[in-house]
This record gives sequence, C-alpha cells and structure tokens, in this order.
Amino acid sequence: MTLRDILNKLLGRQQASATTARERLQLVLAHDRSDLSPELLDQMRKEILEVVTKYVEIDMEEGAVSLETEDRMTALVANLPIKRSKLTTEKA
Amino acid sequence: MAPNTRTILICSGKGGVGKTTLTANLGIALAKQGVRTVVLDADFGLRNLDLLLGLENRIVYTAQEVLEESCRLEQALVKHKQEPNLALLPAGNPRMLEWLKPDDMQRIVEMLREIFEYVLIDCPAGVEDGFKNAVSATKEAIVITTPEVSAVRDADRVIGLLNTQGIKPIQLVLNRVRPKMIASQEMLAVDDVTDILALPLLGLVLEDEQVIVSTNRGEPLTLSGSNSPAARCYSNIARRLQGENIPLIDPAKEEQGLRAKVRRLMQTKIF
Ligand SMILES: Nc1ncnc2c1ncn2[C@@H]1O[C@H](COP(=O)(O)OP(=O)(O)OP(=O)(O)O)[C@@H](O)[C@H]1O
Ligand SMILES: [Mg+2]
Repeated sequence: MTLRDILNKLLGRQQASATTARERLQLVLAHDRSDLSPELLDQMRKEILEVVTKYVEIDMEEGAVSLETEDRMTALVANLPIKRSKLTTEKA
Repeated sequence: MAPNTRTILICSGKGGVGKTTLTANLGIALAKQGVRTVVLDADFGLRNLDLLLGLENRIVYTAQEVLEESCRLEQALVKHKQEPNLALLPAGNPRMLEWLKPDDMQRIVEMLREIFEYVLIDCPAGVEDGFKNAVSATKEAIVITTPEVSAVRDADRVIGLLNTQGIKPIQLVLNRVRPKMIASQEMLAVDDVTDILALPLLGLVLEDEQVIVSTNRGEPLTLSGSNSPAARCYSNIARRLQGENIPLIDPAKEEQGLRAKVRRLMQTKIF
C-alpha cells in the first residue's frame, strides 16, 4: 500500500488503478499458472474442508484455502484454525 | 561459420505490443555495432518486418523458396543498404502456415547461424503453431509486454511455455512506459511488472510518438542516431545484449520539478 492509497482511503476515494491492476494480476496469474479455475478451487476447498473436519473441528469463519504465488511458484495455502481435535475428545 | 551465434526469439503472447518494432530497432542497432545480424520474420500470417525496415520493395525470394530449395539462402536475404551488417529473411506466403513444421523453422535458423552472429526472430502473436514453430528453433527469448493487465497476463502464459521448452535466458522488455502515468499510479510500475513476471529486465522503452514517425518512413529510430526517448532505449537494449553494463532509465527521473517530487513521495510503499 502506498501513501496515495492511504490518503485515498481516508478521503473515501478509489485506490490508485495501478494498485488494483497489481492485485488483480496476482490473483489471475495464480489461477492461470496452476491451471485451476475458481470453480475447481472452490470444489477443492470444500473437499479439503470435508476431510479435515472428519478429524478436527475447525473455525469455518476464519478458515481459508487459497493460491499464493511468488517467483513463478504457486502454492496452495490452507489456513484452518483448529477449535479442537475430534480424536482426542473421543478418546477422553 | 559464426561459432557463437545467438538466436533470440522476440515474443509477447498478446498482439500489437511492439515485437516487430523492437526486432527492427535491435537489428539496426546491433548491425551498427558491427555485428553481423539477421532478422527473420516468423510472422507468416501478417508479415510486417520488411515494412518497418523499409525493405518491402527489395524482396525477391522468401523463406518459402529457401525451404523449397528453389533459391539459395543468399538470394533470399535482403541486405540493408545503409547498414550492410543487417539482413532480412522475409516471411513467405501466408499459405506456408499450412505446411510449415518445427523442422522447417529449425532448418532455416541453422542455415542462418552459419553466416550471422545474431539471429533475431520476430514471433507472431498468440501461442499457436506459429509461435511453437518459432520456439522450436530458438535458444534464448526476449518477452516484450506493455504495463497493462492483459499484456502482462499473456506474457506470463508465454513465459510458462518458454520455460517448459527449456529456453534460456528469458529476458523482459517493458514497452510503452509512460513516466507521468506511473508517477500518478495509474500505470503499473516497472518493478510491479518484473516482480509479477519474475524475469530479469533487459530494458524498458518509453512511449514515444517518434516510433510512429519512423514506422511511416520505414527507417527504425536507431538508424538515424536519433536522440528521441525510444531511440535511446532501443540502443541501450542492444548494448546490454552485447554485455555492456548500461544503467536502466529511471522513469521517475524523466520527470522533473516539485510536482514530480510530490508524486514520487505519494508512490512510497508503506506496507
Ligand atoms: N514505444 C512505443 N511508443 C509508441 N508507439 C509504439 C511503441 N512501440 C510500439 N508502438 C506502436 O504500437 C503498434 C504495434 O507495434 P508492433 O507492430 O511492433 O507490434 P507487434 O507486437 O509486432 O504486433 P503484432 O502482434 O501484430 O505482430 C505500432 O503502431 C507501433 O508504432
Ligand atoms: Mg509484429
């Protein structure tokens, strides 16, 4: 975020179009590079959550599965805050 | 035979971002430095390189006749009158696209490598057969883009394909840079594009009306030794290709005065 972006925010103006362009490109390229469409990613996100919730209870509100890209490497990043483990509660 | 011939593909993905203009200007600039250079028009569908070099009236044979062996390579090459170190191998008839194969392209380039020190290939837009044929015959690539989302996205696609074909090195040229727009953050900055595409920057070319004037005349800017902004950029790129260490033009420095200073301050990244 640049000084101008902060000023724009304070004044309730749109962010600079170059900043928007950068953000949009980063997102679209992460998808292009991994050859994953937003729909496929969404489906994968659901299935991952299904599997994970078999074992642990997770905070659905906070959880996110997304694509991140740096230096032409794309990573699938899952950030799933665990409320508690189902296995340990069953054992107890 | 030239043992250390460099074969460089000039490509972009998106059409109309400046491939042919860059090829023509680099060709002239390299020839001026005394290197034997050939520019090969691989855009058989929409050939234009002859026109930009002002050689359209001197074409007798093309790559097509060379491949069909109905003429010798030397007969098809069009030598530039003022810069005899530069030659053009014109693209053949668009119908060539129906039968041209990677093998054919490789054969032509191999022949050119016998004679020249630089083989610059002007690539067609897109990522279809014309592009693939051209890639099959090259070692290095220059990817050219403008600082616009669609051009950058297509460049990224092309870089991915070049990587899988083992093309190395791949360098970036950023064309039609407008310092004013970058300063007011209405255009992607140079660093934005190099970060996103993760390629080393070979150079940038400023937006310049003189490019159009020179196209009208069929005299690339580097030919006349013009001092226009784009002319300086093109010759810097040629010199960097030759291994000279020429600092990049800083778009921010193209602008002077208090207003520019304020704009620069506003561009400071906070987080
Ligand atoms: N730095 C520049 N400043 C101003 N105009 C430019 C600049 N570079 C290119 N142009 C203009 O952009 C147009 C497209 O350029 P050019 O034909 O070189 O692109 P191309 O990538 O070869 O296109 P194609 O994909 O159709 O082969 C031309 O009209 C040219 O004059
Ligand atoms: Mg062209």
